[in-house]
Order: sequence, then structure tokens, then C-alpha cells
Amino acid sequence: MADNLETTVAFWYLAIAAVGAGGLMLVARNPVHSAISLVIVIFHVAGLFVILGAGFLAVAQIAIYAGAIVVLFLFTLMMLDMRRLPEERVTHRQIWLGIPLGILLAIEGVVVSVGTPEISESIKGTFPPATVSELGGSTQALAVALFNDFTLPFLGASVLLTAATIGAIVLARRVEAHEQADFPQAASGSPANETAAEADTAEPALEESAR
Amino acid sequence: MDFWAWLILITKVLAVFLLFAIGAMPLVLLERWILGRMQSRYGPHRVGWRGTLQTAADGLKLGIKEDMIPGESDKGVYWFAPVMMVMPALAAWAIVPFGPEVEMGRTIGLWIADLNVGILYFLAMGSLGVYGVVMSGWSSNSKYAHLGALRSSAQVISYELVMGLAVLAVIIYAGSLSLIDIVNAQAGLWFIVPQLIGFLLFVFAAVAETNRAPFDLPEAESELVAGFHVEYSGMRWAFFFMAEYANMLLMSAIVATLFLGGWRGWTIPGLEALTGVIWFLLKCGVFMFGFFLLRATQPRFRYDQLMNFCWKILIPIGVVNLLIAAGLRMAWS
Repeated sequence: MADNLETTVAFWYLAIAAVGAGGLMLVARNPVHSAISLVIVIFHVAGLFVILGAGFLAVAQIAIYAGAIVVLFLFTLMMLDMRRLPEERVTHRQIWLGIPLGILLAIEGVVVSVGTPEISESIKGTFPPATVSELGGSTQALAVALFNDFTLPFLGASVLLTAATIGAIVLARRVEAHEQADFPQAASGSPANETAAEADTAEPALEESAR
Repeated sequence: MDFWAWLILITKVLAVFLLFAIGAMPLVLLERWILGRMQSRYGPHRVGWRGTLQTAADGLKLGIKEDMIPGESDKGVYWFAPVMMVMPALAAWAIVPFGPEVEMGRTIGLWIADLNVGILYFLAMGSLGVYGVVMSGWSSNSKYAHLGALRSSAQVISYELVMGLAVLAVIIYAGSLSLIDIVNAQAGLWFIVPQLIGFLLFVFAAVAETNRAPFDLPEAESELVAGFHVEYSGMRWAFFFMAEYANMLLMSAIVATLFLGGWRGWTIPGLEALTGVIWFLLKCGVFMFGFFLLRATQPRFRYDQLMNFCWKILIPIGVVNLLIAAGLRMAWS
């Protein structure tokens, strides 16, 4: 699969580390450890994207998934008091269903990869490496796809995401207003003279709702 | 890649790394001198000639200090957090262009890597820096560290948006994500002239991202003792300190590259080969001095002021600035 020695070494390191960290994420008892393992997975998968020549995708993966989403996970997890969580068992009750299904999927993967000797031209997609380099790089190819070929779906997705964000804010605000009724000193403060003390009173409330 | 290409690459990486290992020490000393002078006191003046060896003495002290680990802490995460702090700060230097290409047997660019997504790589590494803060704050199992980490993650995530908006405006002007191309695009006019607003936004965001005064709420000595790294001692604490300096230097370098024309400047007679590097370091130096100046003169923001400033003032300005930049660009082409 690889062009030269460096790429091969990098691929095997990244692949093994990504799968290993993925396994750690699943078996870690502590949610914070799981989140950190997830970051390691994201980081190594980004490395695989670099090998494939998709620099933009790699950087976007790190900036968005590791830099924004998992940080928010951690932010939420930190509000929980880890040491008071009950020690959950590692395996799930549905493991007896999961193992046969997993084996089935693995067999399927082997059959498909053995049965398809070469990736043919017809299933290479709209942007094979030649087209990408013709456009001037993966960033340019992505821009062409997003802003020329698929402008309408792109705009549709943006509107949907904005609506979802606004919806989430509305839902969250309603809970907050309900909780503030229990804290009269926090509810009476007007936005004009917000104090640091007020932010402190809001924190226990958040923690309680998280439990 | 042949042998010489590998050798050149390794030399570059070592040179940039040594810039920190050695370069950070005089900077710490310089900051303490400047702070002392601004506050009408001497600053370090006992160890060595006028205190020149103060940082070396401090480093030695940190190196032989006992490494304390709080009893109820999460050992693995506690151990890893300082690494997570330093790693992105150093990794981001890979894309900083120190100077133009020079001829030394073969053409060598004075940067480690010319990524075609260079500036996004910088933003991605910047967003990783918050992990060190969050991990150290959580694993220390201390109230102060925890509060500092919570503050810092919210602050860094918010100000990242401001930084992203300012960078986007520059990208629109330069038409490229590569830092080399961005520097070359400033051949006629530095971007600080058409993008003065973007420059100011970037500087605010840079100070907030590095957790420096007046946005140093995560470490606020007077309320949080030292914030997220309060439980750390010895060399582990020194890692946080190093990361802060690496980040400050990095932000100075990126500001110089994005808005002040990077290595561009008048040719210095007699030093033609080094002109680019000298100009680049000078521009960085101006911003480092700015960081010290801010710390010496500005009181700390209150937390709600910090957040309001970001979300209600800086981000709307950034969006409008971006729209104007895009409009001007459309009008030109």
C-alpha cells in the first residue's frame, strides 16, 4: 500500500497506535481516561490522513474533533466528581450478542478485502489523486466540491446546524431559568451588574444537574 | 529523501528546539528586569553580573527540587499533563518561516515545513494546548487547580474563535493557507495596513490564549493561588513555565508573519544573508516586549468582563471585519 519505507513505518505506527488507543478508550473505567484516549485516536487518524495526502482533512480533524468537541466532553466530565462514580463493570450485558456480531463483521471484512483484488477506476470517486493535484491540492479540491458542486447541500447543512445550535441554547436556557428559581440571589442579579460571585453560585447548580 | 535532506531537516529541528532550551532563559531574565524597572525596583541583581545568572540558578533549583505528586491525584494524567502542555507549543513551530530561502550548496528554506495548510495547522496546535491545562487541573484533585482549568478551557475555546476570524481575514487577502505564501503576499504592503482591525483582534486573542495578563484568570495568583498548575513542583512546574514562553514566542512569530510581513524588511548592508532572520526576530521581539508591557501595566479582567468582551465585542467586530475583507477582495478581482 505504501510508496516507500518512511510511509510504511509511519502507517504501521499510526494504525497500531490508533487501534490500541481505541481499545483503551473502550475499556477505561474512568470517563476522563476514555476522553483522553479518544484524543489520541483522533490524533493518529489525522496522521493517516496526512499519509493519504489529505492535509486539510487532517488539520480539520485535529482542530474540530480534538480541539473543540472532545474539549467540551472533558469540560463536562470535569464537572462530575469522578471519585464518587460507582465502579462500573468493563463488559456490557450485551457482550454475548456483540462478540458473534463482531466476528461476523470481521469475516465480512476479510472476504471483501480478499475478493476485491484492485480498486478499479469506476469506484474511485469524483476526486482521484490526479484530479486533486490538477486542482492544486486537497484544500482546493475540497473548496471546489463544497462551493461549486454541492453549494446547496452545503448551505442546507449550515442552516440545519445553526437551527440545532439555537435549539440547544433554547432548551438549555429553559432549564437554567427553572434552576435559578431555587437560587433567588442568582436570579435577581441584572446583567448589568453581574459579579464573579454570581458565577460561583451558578457552578454548584450545574454540578448538581450533571449528577 | 536522500541523506543530506534528512541531515538538513534534523539540523533545522534541533536549531528550533535549542532556540527554546537556550533562548527562553534570557527572555525570562529580560522579563523580570523589565518588570522590575517598570515597578521601580531592581529585579534580579544578585546572581552573576547584575543578576545575569538568575535564570540558570532558578533552573538548577527546579531541577533538583523534589517532585511532589498529590496523594489523591490521578497519577497517569497528572504525569502526562505537562507533556501535553509543551508538545503542541513546540510542534507548532514547524511551520514558522524564520527567513527566506538561502543558497548553501542547495536551496534551503529557513522553515521546517512548508505545509499548504500551514496556518490551520497553527490553529489546530493552539487548540490542543488547552488539554494540558484541563488535564493538569482535573488530575491535581485540588479546588484551585480545578477552577483554573475550568476558566482556562472556557476562555481559550472562546478566544480561539476571535483568533480564527482574524486569521480568516488574512487568508482572504493572501489567497493561501501557507505561511510562506502569506509572507510573499505582503511584498508590497504589510497586512497590518488593510487589516488593522484583524491585527488588533489577533493580538487580544493571542494574549488570552497564552493566559497572560490582563487575561491571566486561569492562574490569577490573588484568588486561585496559581490556578491549574498549583500542585506542580520542580521540573514538572518548569514545563508549564516553558510552555508559556514557547506560546508567547509562537504568538509573536505568528503575528509578525501574518501582519508585519514576516522576514521582509530593508536589506541590512554587510549582513545580506541574515537580513530576513534579523528582521523576523526584531518583529518578534517587539511583541515579546508588548507582552511584558501589558503584564506590568494592566490590571486583571474580571471573568464575566472577559467573556462579555469576547462574545459581545470582539466576535461581532471579527465577523463584520471578515465580511468587509471578503467584499473588498471580491471588488478587486
